[in-house]
Amino acid sequence: MSPLSSAPANATRVAPPLEAARSYPAKPADVYLFGTCVIDVFFPGAGMDAIRLLEREGIRVHFPQAQSCCGQPAYTSGYTDEAREVARAQLALFAGDWPVVIPSGSCAGMFRHHYFELFKDEPETLQQVASLSARTFELAEFLLEVCKVRFEHTGAPVRLALHTSCSARREMNTHLHGRALLAQLAGVERVEHDHESECCGFGGSFSVRMPEISGAMVQDKTAALKGSGAAEVVSADCGCLLNINGCFEKQGDTLRGEHLASFLLRRTTSASTGGVR
Amino acid sequence: MSHVADTPAQPIAFTRNAREALADAQLRRNFRGAMDALMDKRRNQFPDGDELERLRAFGNRVRARALSKLPDLLERLEANLVRNGVQVHWAETVEEANAIVHGIAERHAARKVIKGKSMVSEEMEMNHYLGARGVDCLESDMGEFIVQLRAEKPSHIIMPAIHLNAGQVAKLFHDKLAVEYTEDVDRLIQIGRETLRRNFFEADIGVSGVNFAIAETGTLLLVENEGNGRMSTTVPPVHIAVTGIEKVVENLRDVIPLLSLLTRSATGQPITTYVNMISGPRKADELDGPQEVHLVLLDNGRSQAFADGELRQTLNCIRCGACMNHCPVYTRIGGHAYGTVYPGPIGKIVTPHMLGLETTRDLPTASSMCGACGEVCPVKIPIPSLLRRLREEAVRAPAAEPHHVRGQGAKHSRKETLVWRAWRTLNTSPGLYRAAMYAGTRLRGLMPADIGPWTRYRSAPKPAARSLHELAREHLGEQ
Repeated sequence: MSPLSSAPANATRVAPPLEAARSYPAKPADVYLFGTCVIDVFFPGAGMDAIRLLEREGIRVHFPQAQSCCGQPAYTSGYTDEAREVARAQLALFAGDWPVVIPSGSCAGMFRHHYFELFKDEPETLQQVASLSARTFELAEFLLEVCKVRFEHTGAPVRLALHTSCSARREMNTHLHGRALLAQLAGVERVEHDHESECCGFGGSFSVRMPEISGAMVQDKTAALKGSGAAEVVSADCGCLLNINGCFEKQGDTLRGEHLASFLLRRTTSASTGGVR
Repeated sequence: MSHVADTPAQPIAFTRNAREALADAQLRRNFRGAMDALMDKRRNQFPDGDELERLRAFGNRVRARALSKLPDLLERLEANLVRNGVQVHWAETVEEANAIVHGIAERHAARKVIKGKSMVSEEMEMNHYLGARGVDCLESDMGEFIVQLRAEKPSHIIMPAIHLNAGQVAKLFHDKLAVEYTEDVDRLIQIGRETLRRNFFEADIGVSGVNFAIAETGTLLLVENEGNGRMSTTVPPVHIAVTGIEKVVENLRDVIPLLSLLTRSATGQPITTYVNMISGPRKADELDGPQEVHLVLLDNGRSQAFADGELRQTLNCIRCGACMNHCPVYTRIGGHAYGTVYPGPIGKIVTPHMLGLETTRDLPTASSMCGACGEVCPVKIPIPSLLRRLREEAVRAPAAEPHHVRGQGAKHSRKETLVWRAWRTLNTSPGLYRAAMYAGTRLRGLMPADIGPWTRYRSAPKPAARSLHELAREHLGEQ
C-alpha cells in the first residue's frame, strides 16, 4: 500500500459551509457596479435598471469602464490559468473601499467564493481577494440587507414566477433575497412552479457541450413556468434568462423572463429614499 | 502503482447514450417518478435543516478523520479481522480481486455463488469473470436479480432496477421464469423470492459487499432490506466480502452517524430492515454461519484519488445515491447512459480514477454545475468543485507536471486552448474589449439564426444595440 503511505497526512479537506449568516455594513454613499459580460452584451437594460435602482436609493454608482468578465466561463471549463488572469484584471479595478454590487448571483458567487481558490498560491493577492469578497453583494441582497429598501408596488396586480440560478441560490442565497423583495409588494402574487429549484439547463458551456440534455432541461423549465399560471417571469441571473427566453422564443411563446431589477424599477416606488448615513 | 494503459482506450459514448435515453419516453417517466419519490422520502427524514447541516458536517469530519489515517486503519482492520478468523486479501486491480475470488472458489470446488448486493463486485464484473470459469453467480437482491435476468447492469447504485416499472418486470418474469403475468408488486416480489430461496441452500459460496469495515473490532457491517444479505452471508459454507479500501472507519461510534445519514439519504428510511455485523466465521459452539469468511480489499484507482488532498474527498462517499436522485441530468437520462458502474454525479468523480480520463473524458463535462449533488451529499463531498477539477485535469497538457490523474489531457485540444487564450486576452485588454463590444453590438444583425447546438432548442441570442459599458458611460461618464 505504498501510494497510501506516501500521501501527506491529514490532506483531506473539510468542506466549510459556503454562505453562512453574513453581517451587513451600513448603507454607503458610493458603490461599484460590476455589470457582468452577459448583461453587457445581451441585457444592458437590466444593468442600467440596476444602476437606477441604486441611484433611487441615493447611492452614487461607479462603473469602471475597464471591467469585463468575472472569469467564470473559463473557470468552470477547467481553464484555470486563463480564468485567473481575467480575475486578476477585475481585482485591480475594484480595489477601493466601496461595496461591489453585481446584478447576477453566479458572478457575485465567483467574486465572493471562488477567487480564493483561484489565488490560493498567491498570499499577497489573497488579501485583495478577501477584501473584494467581503465587499461583494448580489443586487437584491444589497437592496434588501444594506439599503434596507421599502418598495411599494405600482400599477395593476400581477402574478409572477421567480426563477433563481442554482449557483446563485447555493452560493449567495439569492432566492431568499428575491422572494423577500417581492414579498414587500402588495400587488405581486409570487406563484411557485413545478420543480422550482431544479436547474434550467444553462450551465454555461454545458448548454453547447451537452445540447440534448440541456435542451431537455430547459424545455421542462419553460413548461413548468408556463404551467404555473404566472403572467410574468423574473430572475436575477441573465445566463438563465438567455436560456429560458431563447427556449420560449423557439417554441413561439410570447412569455419572456426579465431581470428582477427591471421589474422592480418599472413596477415599484421606493419609500426608503430617506438617505445616506 | 502503475495506471498506464497499454493502448489508448476509446471514450465512453456518453453523448450518444444520452441522446437515446432522452428519446425514450417510458424511461424518462420511470426515472422522473422514482427520483421525485426518493427526494420526497429523503426530505421527510430531515425535517430540520439546521440539524441536517450539523449531521452532514459531523459525517464529513468522521470520514475525513478516517481517511486522514487510512493506511493505519487498514492495518488495524486487517489485524483485527485476522484475529477474528477472517482471511484478508489485498487487490490493487479488479483482475487481482477476481483472481483471489476465483482462487477461493477453486479451493472449494465451487460451482455456484449466491450474491448479496455489491457495487464493488460490479466494478470487478465478477459474474462475468467467474461465469467464464464455470462458476455461476446468482444475484439475490431483487433489483439485481431483475437486471441479471435482463442481462443488464444496474442503473442506480441503491436501486438497480429503478429504470423499470412493474409492467416491465411482470413481462420479464412471465417470459423468463414461466410464471403468470401479474403487475401486482407484492406478488412479483413473492415470485422472485420463491425462485431465489432454494439457491441460498445450494450455493457453495456467498458473496457480499460491505457498507462499513470497522477497524477497532474487525467487523464488517452490511445494511439491506430484503434479508438476502443475511442469507448470502450466513447460509453458504464460505462467505467472501468484497469492498473498496475507503470503506474503513475507526470504530463503532463512527458508524452511528454515518449509518443514520446513509439510510435516510438513500431510501428515506430511519434504518434498514437488516443491519448485519459480521465479525468472523462460525465458532465451535455456534449452530450456523459460514466456516470461512474472506475479505477482499480493492484499490482500483482509489489510491490515486487518495494521493491528492482535494480529490481525496471523493473517497468520503458512503454510496447512498442521493446525488443521483437529485441530479437533473441523471433524472433525465438514467444510469445506463453513463456507461459506467457508478452513474450520476458520484460516478463522474469516482470513475476517472478507476478507468482513467481517456475513457471517461466526457463525464465531468456532463453537468450544468447546478450543485444539487453537493447540497445533498451526506458527507459533504464538494462534487461540483471536484467535477471542475477533473475538467481541469482533462484539458491540461498531457505532459504537464505534476501528473495527478491517469489520462490527464484526454480532452486537451490546441484549438480550444487557443480559443480560451484569446478569450483571456479580450477580457484583460480594455481597449480590445471595448472594440469587440462595439463591433458585436453594431453587427448584431449578422448574428446567424442557426448557431449549432444552442439553436436546436432555443432561438439565437441577440446582442443589444448598445452595450452596458456604452450606456453606463453615457449615464455616469467615463470612469
